[in-house]
Amino acid sequence: MNEEQIILEVKNISKTFPGVKALSNVNLKVRKGEVLAVVGENGAGKSTLMKTLSGVFYPDHGSGGIILDGKTVSFSNPLEAKKAGLILIFQELSLVSELSVAENIYLGNLPRTKRGLIDWRRLNEMAGKIMADLELDIDPRELVGNLSISRQQMVEIARALSMGAKVVIFDEPTSSLTEAEKEILFMNIRKLKEKKVSVIYITHKMDEVFQITDRVEVLRDGQNTGSLVTAEVQLEDITKLMIGRILDDYFHKNQAVKGKEVLKVENLSKAGLFENISFSIRKGEVVGLYGLVGAGRSEVAETIFGARQPDSGRVWINGKEVSIRSTEQAVKIGIGFVPEDRKEQGLVLKMSCKENISLAKLPWIKNRGFLDTAVEMEMYEEYKDKLSISTPGAYQKVVNLSGGNQQKIVIAKWLSMTPDLLILDEPTRGIDVGSKAEIHKLIAKAAESGYAVLVISSEMPEIIGVSDRIIAMRSGRVTGVFTDAEVTETTLLKAIAHV
Amino acid sequence: MQLSVIKKKALGFAEKQGLVIAFLLLVIFFSIASDVFLTYGNIILVLRQVSILGIIACGMTFVIIGGNFDLSVGSLTSLTTVVVISLHDKIGPIPAMIVALLVGMLSGTLAGYLIGYLKLNSMIITLGLLGVIQAVTLIYTGGKYSRLTDPDETWFGFIGRGFVLGIPFPVIILAVVIIIFAVILMKTVFGRQLLAVGGNQVASKFSGIKETRIIMLTFIASGLVTGIGGIVLGSRIMAAQNYIGEGYEFQVITGVILGGTSLTGGEGNIFKSFLGILIVGMLMNGFILLGFPYYTQWVAQWVILVVVVWIDIASKRGKVLA
Repeated sequence: MNEEQIILEVKNISKTFPGVKALSNVNLKVRKGEVLAVVGENGAGKSTLMKTLSGVFYPDHGSGGIILDGKTVSFSNPLEAKKAGLILIFQELSLVSELSVAENIYLGNLPRTKRGLIDWRRLNEMAGKIMADLELDIDPRELVGNLSISRQQMVEIARALSMGAKVVIFDEPTSSLTEAEKEILFMNIRKLKEKKVSVIYITHKMDEVFQITDRVEVLRDGQNTGSLVTAEVQLEDITKLMIGRILDDYFHKNQAVKGKEVLKVENLSKAGLFENISFSIRKGEVVGLYGLVGAGRSEVAETIFGARQPDSGRVWINGKEVSIRSTEQAVKIGIGFVPEDRKEQGLVLKMSCKENISLAKLPWIKNRGFLDTAVEMEMYEEYKDKLSISTPGAYQKVVNLSGGNQQKIVIAKWLSMTPDLLILDEPTRGIDVGSKAEIHKLIAKAAESGYAVLVISSEMPEIIGVSDRIIAMRSGRVTGVFTDAEVTETTLLKAIAHV
Repeated sequence: MQLSVIKKKALGFAEKQGLVIAFLLLVIFFSIASDVFLTYGNIILVLRQVSILGIIACGMTFVIIGGNFDLSVGSLTSLTTVVVISLHDKIGPIPAMIVALLVGMLSGTLAGYLIGYLKLNSMIITLGLLGVIQAVTLIYTGGKYSRLTDPDETWFGFIGRGFVLGIPFPVIILAVVIIIFAVILMKTVFGRQLLAVGGNQVASKFSGIKETRIIMLTFIASGLVTGIGGIVLGSRIMAAQNYIGEGYEFQVITGVILGGTSLTGGEGNIFKSFLGILIVGMLMNGFILLGFPYYTQWVAQWVILVVVVWIDIASKRGKVLA
């Protein structure tokens, strides 16, 4: 490796949190104008490393250093890192939605007129120039709140460029993007490369590693386990380094005998969200609901679960027509729902593992009017073993668990209810490869033990891998139903894509 | 190294037991500064004073755990006091007390419906309600001072003035209310669901918990205990002024927040709320004993509140960075 080309070097960085060594002697080299993937399971230390790089965390005292553009640096906050040209774009975007695109780009550095007022003309000109440079057709005067997530991401990139970025770090940038939007992001990353800006790309998604990156750095348990050139390796090589074993059964097909109809939906409609949705799920069957973000999939599921009210349409559960007015009623009828957003909708982060697992079942674990904490503890022990949830204990707050374990807690909550119908909305979003495979197995097992399962996912390999039948949605309508035997990626794509 | 461990442990201890330490320091300070402070008479006086605030604080703790505030408790105390006193001679003490409790719960239901079901901001709703209830009180009494015609002829005075085994009866009522609320919070399904709703309303809804009903119930509970507080207050003075509960909301909220109930909801402890109220009551008492004008308490209360809220925020920021 030509030493002169190295823009950023991390030497023997360690970071210890109370009780955990999050990073131990990690090394990293980033060359000018390259895209470096940093991959690893949840808890491998990717995010900690990036936060240490960008000044959110201090590295442990005396544990090596960071060399940026030939100079040893030490940032005490993210602003200093930004000024030096090291910019982290968070999973959650950090734009102000009430301000315009131009204001966001130059926030904290707005051009002024002689009288000290904001020079709007110059501001919009400068922002317009950056947009043109990136070939983006975004009006600098548009409010950021009116832009889609992917376009907001473009604004973040533009802002990074305006600050003279040398290294831009993306943390899971595609988690809320559609396929088409992902392509636009990749295009922009390639433009960054052309401008000799280096990119560190953190991701769980292996297909993206092969699409966009030049090299791969693998982390496991806070240590480097491999440094590879993307073009020279196979998927298995990377996953092996990530998890220390090969995943032979990534998808686990459900072998259940299909029984009677558990859910039947007929002409379910809600103005502006979805229209005339009809489908059914049988006992032991896994049905996938596939479509782009915004196609109305989650809204249909939330309506079945009583969190939203439909304008019209009919729903039957186990052959009996029901009108579900609240989530409370849905739970009583026997529906479980693992929502899309784990932290906002799935968990009470302040509460412990035990308390989160029992959350839906509380009204049923009473002893003479009081909450039966012994039963609650038994539930925790049972599902901790069944789902191999790795946690220090029943009283550990869920906020401290990794994404995969958090998701298992949410799933445990619903398995403990033994529902007739289990709905899972993006069950593997933002969790690592190992946990993903485990959750796919859990889905198959749930079907085998007699639940009807509805899975919503934006990931095509996942939806094809786990479903017996796939319902494709586009703009709030069902555009195709495919059995496992007849489905191909091409037909599925055709059904969901805007033509 | 050794020293930093000790320092860490000391800080952890201070964080957990800070309230008890603050309480003890105050007791020591006032007992040195004033000869009267630790006398039986003064202790009884403080306990009787804080018992009403303490009773109301139990409901307020529920409301704040649910992520809301109830600013209407001050004028609701006035209204329920006026109701129980004015009806006492007309319909008898027990029916008058029942009406007072119903008035409290009715007010709580109204606030709870608007805040729980319609999801309106609790600060604004109860701030407005504070004025409305004060207006209702004045309309009801016509601005007149209500009193019992013959205070010596009724057992009603026992509630606010009586003693059992040397303990003031209001303190016994307070103890019962505290125990009931603490048991509800820590041992029942409702209590757990309330903590969940306060911690994350959306996730609670997605776990089949009727979050709207839980929030409404916290306000009904607050109205109910405010009714109890009003009855005790009425019984203690055997009369009712239209503005008697003015400012109670601030004292009660100060005590509850001092007791460590999270301003963002989801965390709280009834016993600690009482300890917070006790500190507020002791400060009021101590200030008067030391000869400060009564209105200086307001400044002191505000300063305490600023410090407590700042500690609350600082400890969270610390956690985020760690």
